[in-house]
Amino acid sequence: MIKTQPRWLVFTLLAVGLTLLPFLVDAGLGRSWVRLLDLALLYVMLALGLNIVVGYAGLLDLGYVAFYALGAYVYAWLASPHFGLHLPFWAILPLGAGLAALFGVLLGTPTLRLRGDYLAIVTLGFGEIIRIFLNNLNAPVNITNGPQGINLIDPVRVGGFSLSQSQTLFGITLTGVHLTYYLFLLLTLAVIFISMRLEDSRIGRAWVAIREDEIAAAANGINTRNLKLLAFAMGATFGGLAGGLFASFQGFISPESFNLMESIMILCMIVLGGMGHIPGVIFGALLLTLLPEALRYTGVWQRNLLGQIYVDPADLRMLLFGVALVVVMLYRPAGLIPSRRRRREFADTQG
Amino acid sequence: MDIFLQQLINGLVLGSVYALVALGYTMVYGILELINFAHGEITMMGAMVALAVIGALALAAPGVPGVLLLGAGLAVAIPVCMALGLLIERVAYRPLRHAPRLAPLITAIGVSIILQNIAMLIWGKQYIPFPAVLPQGRHDLFGASITDVQIAILLLTTVIMLALVLVVHKTRLGRAMRATAQSRQVASLMGVDVNRVIAATFVIGSALAAVAGVMVSAYYGLAHYYMGFLLGLKAFSAAVLGGIGNLGGAMLGGLLLGLIESFGAGYIGDLTGGFLGSHYQDVFAFFVLIAVLVFRPSGLLGARVVERA
Repeated sequence: MIKTQPRWLVFTLLAVGLTLLPFLVDAGLGRSWVRLLDLALLYVMLALGLNIVVGYAGLLDLGYVAFYALGAYVYAWLASPHFGLHLPFWAILPLGAGLAALFGVLLGTPTLRLRGDYLAIVTLGFGEIIRIFLNNLNAPVNITNGPQGINLIDPVRVGGFSLSQSQTLFGITLTGVHLTYYLFLLLTLAVIFISMRLEDSRIGRAWVAIREDEIAAAANGINTRNLKLLAFAMGATFGGLAGGLFASFQGFISPESFNLMESIMILCMIVLGGMGHIPGVIFGALLLTLLPEALRYTGVWQRNLLGQIYVDPADLRMLLFGVALVVVMLYRPAGLIPSRRRRREFADTQG
Repeated sequence: MDIFLQQLINGLVLGSVYALVALGYTMVYGILELINFAHGEITMMGAMVALAVIGALALAAPGVPGVLLLGAGLAVAIPVCMALGLLIERVAYRPLRHAPRLAPLITAIGVSIILQNIAMLIWGKQYIPFPAVLPQGRHDLFGASITDVQIAILLLTTVIMLALVLVVHKTRLGRAMRATAQSRQVASLMGVDVNRVIAATFVIGSALAAVAGVMVSAYYGLAHYYMGFLLGLKAFSAAVLGGIGNLGGAMLGGLLLGLIESFGAGYIGDLTGGFLGSHYQDVFAFFVLIAVLVFRPSGLLGARVVERA
C-alpha cells in the first residue's frame, strides 16, 4: 500500500536514486548522457521559471530567452578574460538574476496594464531586440564580442574546488559533469521548493485568480497589476539564474544560443507537460530535452530504409514542437500531466 | 537634400508593404480580438510560392515578359495563401473560440512554427534570390532615384487599399464584418453568419499578405523561410501604432513605421556619433511599439478602450 508508506521512505529512496543517477547513466549510456542530464536539469529550472509566468499567472511570455541571455552574458562579462574580470560565481549569479528581474519589471510595467496578447508580442520583440544588440554591440566598443560570442568563461569554483576538473573523494572519482549534476540538482530542488511554496501561498492563489478571471480578481481586492509584475519579474529571475549557470557550464556563449526557438521550446515544455503543475512541467522539460537524442535515430532509420538522409533530424525537431503545441492545445489543453484545477478550468470554459 | 528625399521614398515604399500586412492583423483583431501570430508566416508563404512559380516559368518559357510571370506568380500565391488562412482559422482558432485566452495564442504560435519549418523543408535554409525577370529601370526624381519595382509597389498598394475600403464600407460582406466586429452575438442575432464572416476576414487578410510577401521579396530581391517573423512583428507594431482594429489606422501606422525605420536607419549613425549603425534598423519597430503602449495604448486613430481582461 503506497498510501500507508511513511513519507520519509519515499524521500529517502528518491534521494538515493537521484544521487546515484549520474553513475548509473554514466555506466549504462556513457558520459555524454550525464552531460545531457545536466542540461535537462537546467531546462527544468528554466521551465519552472516560465511556469510561474505562463502557468500560474496566465501571462504569455515569448521572450523568456532574453532573460536567460542576460543572465548568461552577465556571468560571461564578470568571469572571463573578455574584460579580465574573474568574480566568484556566488557574487555573479544573484547579480545576473537581479538584472534580469530589473529588465522584466521595465518591460512589464508598460505592457502588463494592457491585455495579455500585447505582452506576448512585446516579449517576442524584446527577445529579438536583445539578440540584435548582442550581435552588434562589438563595435565601436566591444561589449558582447558580436556573433563570435564570449569564450573561456570560468567554471563554478568553490575555494580551490573547480567544477570543470575531476575530483577524487573517498576513492570515488567525480568528473566535472558529475559535480555539475549535483550543483544543478541542488538548485533545481531549490527552485521546485520555491515553486511549491509559491503555489500554496497567498500570492500563488492570487495569480490563479487573475489567470481565471482578472476582473473578478480585481473586484476581490487583488492588485492585479503589481501581482502580474511580480510573476513576470520572478520568472525573469529564474531565467537569469539559469542563464548564469548555462554560461559557466558551457564555458562559451554566443547570441545564437538565445534565439526565439529556445523560448518556444521552453514554452512547449510547460504546455506539453501541464501548465501550472510542477510534476507536469518537470516531465515536459525532461521529455523535450531528451527528445532530440531520440530524434537522432530517425536519421539512422532514414539512411537504413531510404538510403540517404532526406530530412535532418535536427530540423524535424521544431516542426514536431509546433505540431505538439497545436495538438495539445486542441485535444488536451491542460497538458499531459494536468493539475486537477487546470483540467476543471478548461472543461468549464470549453463548449 | 537628395538623401532626405531618398529616405522618404524608401520609407513610403517599405511602409506601404507594412500597411498591407498590418491590415491583415487589424482585421482579424477587430473581429476576434486575437493576434494572428501566423499572419507573418502567411506572408512568407506567399513570397515563397510566387518565387517558385516565377522561377519555374522563367525556366520553362524564357522570353515571356517579367510582368506576366509576376502576374502568374501572384495568381498562384494568392489562392494558396487564402486556402492557408482558411485552414488555419478552421483548425487552430475556431475550436478554441471559447477557450481561455491563452489557448488560441499558443496554437497560433504552433501554427507559425509549423509553417516556418514546412517552408524550410521545402525550400531549404538558404536565401532564395528573386528571379531577375522584373524591369530594372531607375528614374531620377529631384536628385533621388526611384525604381520601377518601387513605383509598382506604391501604385499597387494604393489600389488594393482603396478596394479594401470599398469592400468594407460598401458591400454586404463589409457591413457584416463591421457588425461582427462590434458584437458577434448581436450580429448573429441579426442573421449574420458569423463563422462565414470570420472565415472571409481570414481569407481577405491572407490575400493581402500574399501580395505583400511578393512585394517584399521583389523589393529586397530575396526570400527566406524566416522572413515572415520580423515582417509580422513590424506589421503588428504598425497596426498597434495606428490603432488596432482600425483599417485607416493600419494604413497610417504602416506608412509611419516605414518612414521611422528608413529615416531612423539613415540618421542613427550621425545621431549617436557612430555608436549605433544602420544594422539597428530592425529595433525601431519595437521601440515604437513600446512607446505607443506606454503613451497611447489605443493607437493614433483608435478610439476603442484597449484595457479589458
